[in-house]
Amino acid sequence: MTSMMSIPIPTTQARNESSPVEEKMQVAGLKAFFGANAALKGITLPLLRNRVTAIIGPSGCGKSTLVRCLNRLHELTPGASVQGRVLLDGEDIYAPGVNPVMVRRRVGMVFQRPNPFPTMSIRENVLAGPRLQGVVPDEPEALVERALRQAALWEEVKDRLDLSGVSLSGGQQQRLCIARALALRPEVLLMDEPCSALDPVATARIEELIHELRPHYTIVIVTHNMQQAARVADYTAFFLMGELIEYSATDTLFMKPTDRRTEDYITGRFG
Amino acid sequence: MTMSVSRSAVMARAATLRPTRPSFAWTGEDSLRVACATALMLPLLLLAVFFGAALLDAWPRLNLTFLTSMPSRVAEDAGILPALAGTAWLLVLTALLAIPLGVGAAVYLEEYARPGRMTRLIEVNISNLAGVPSIIYGLLALEVFVRAAGMGRSVLAGACTLALLLLPVVITATREALRTVPTTLREAALGLGAERWQVMWRVVLPMSLPGIITGVVLSLSRAVGETAPLIMVGALGYVAFVPTSVQSAFTALPIQIFNWISRPQAAFHSNAAAAMVVLLLLMLALNALAMLVRRRVQRAAAH
Repeated sequence: MTSMMSIPIPTTQARNESSPVEEKMQVAGLKAFFGANAALKGITLPLLRNRVTAIIGPSGCGKSTLVRCLNRLHELTPGASVQGRVLLDGEDIYAPGVNPVMVRRRVGMVFQRPNPFPTMSIRENVLAGPRLQGVVPDEPEALVERALRQAALWEEVKDRLDLSGVSLSGGQQQRLCIARALALRPEVLLMDEPCSALDPVATARIEELIHELRPHYTIVIVTHNMQQAARVADYTAFFLMGELIEYSATDTLFMKPTDRRTEDYITGRFG
Repeated sequence: MTMSVSRSAVMARAATLRPTRPSFAWTGEDSLRVACATALMLPLLLLAVFFGAALLDAWPRLNLTFLTSMPSRVAEDAGILPALAGTAWLLVLTALLAIPLGVGAAVYLEEYARPGRMTRLIEVNISNLAGVPSIIYGLLALEVFVRAAGMGRSVLAGACTLALLLLPVVITATREALRTVPTTLREAALGLGAERWQVMWRVVLPMSLPGIITGVVLSLSRAVGETAPLIMVGALGYVAFVPTSVQSAFTALPIQIFNWISRPQAAFHSNAAAAMVVLLLLMLALNALAMLVRRRVQRAAAH
């Protein structure tokens, strides 16, 4: 680990340290639909600043739909709609007059499969956010280096920034996508199963990175891997069939779940 | 046939027992390969014979003065300069008209149009339009462009007609190219706070450019050979000048060929053959250009 941002990795026991806990985002009575099908049936959930929140649950439980509602990406699917509120710093991002594009500039996203732009070089991929928005950054080189260092990719690619983004390995591509999201200096970082297409080594690398990013961002990570949730998250929410079954500190959720269904899931009885 | 099939079945069973089988065995696989190779070679052979015969006929007339001379009543003095220039004018104007309209329409249908009965109707009719005989387009253009719009028998009217003819092809090719851009990349761009038009302009279009270019150039090379609609809008058989503006009267290579071939004198038939060779070379050059540009764009994309 040679990143500028190196910080001690918090242990499970030492998680309730540092800054006071406050809500960066608040999901309130959120319902999401595909046509007439409700994918989320009234979710209320806090997302805390400078903390990592994991969303776990079996396939089709609405995990991905939830994070796609947090940056207003869900509504772009044909036939999809949203009801309820999602507060970002106390303001409803679904209020009339809110431009979803502005929301997405504050709430960054990393997708399930690494998706660097194939027509762009590594450098251009990092700068894609500002470029797409038609903004020319003041010091593009500094921005590229900062974002790549934050994504712990700088040392591996600093000599080949002009190569295509898709020339990298899967794990590197995913870190490039994280750098691309970080270059916009988002306040919240959504990660939709960011490691599901990666091998264990690359997965460990991304998890390490999440620990490093934690003090600076509000992170929401969807994962089907319970060990991963236990390793990276301060808080964990368990979803089942579009409902939030249980939400608590990660340790509590895994050691002393209060709901029978949570216990069944984490002990591997279904899902 | 039955013989070889049953034999191949036996051989296949034998192959599971022995690691190798005799190389002389004629199998169903071999029959299919020979049949398909014949299907490939036969038309190629015919084309080669046809092109060879035309070339033989054209050979004495194929020289630079043929390209740079005006048509003439004397077959030996006649050249194709006006036809070549007319075709070039048509090509450029048609591209200028068909590309923005076709790509624009495709982007609208693919990215903005709400799926519904209206959209379906339009889509079905675009496919239908692609199959309409070109002379019908010529008739329409005669009424609309030449007469109603007052363009007269100009090179502009010709280009408008050809552009109309190409639009369904350009739209379909562009839509197909747009569809190859994965949703994940559109979402990546949207997730970075880009407006939809920015996603379109900076991610989707650059990625689908090779496909669009191929579609456009292939349709243009078809337009170069179109004859019927140009006759309808009044391309002239005898033009002794090069078009100087979009309002000029004009002729085009296929018209010139048609004109010469319909004369009784054999000398003019040689001219027609020579012009035909030039037209074919032009189309080959266009297709080669399409391939080159596409390779370039793809290489630039892949670095």
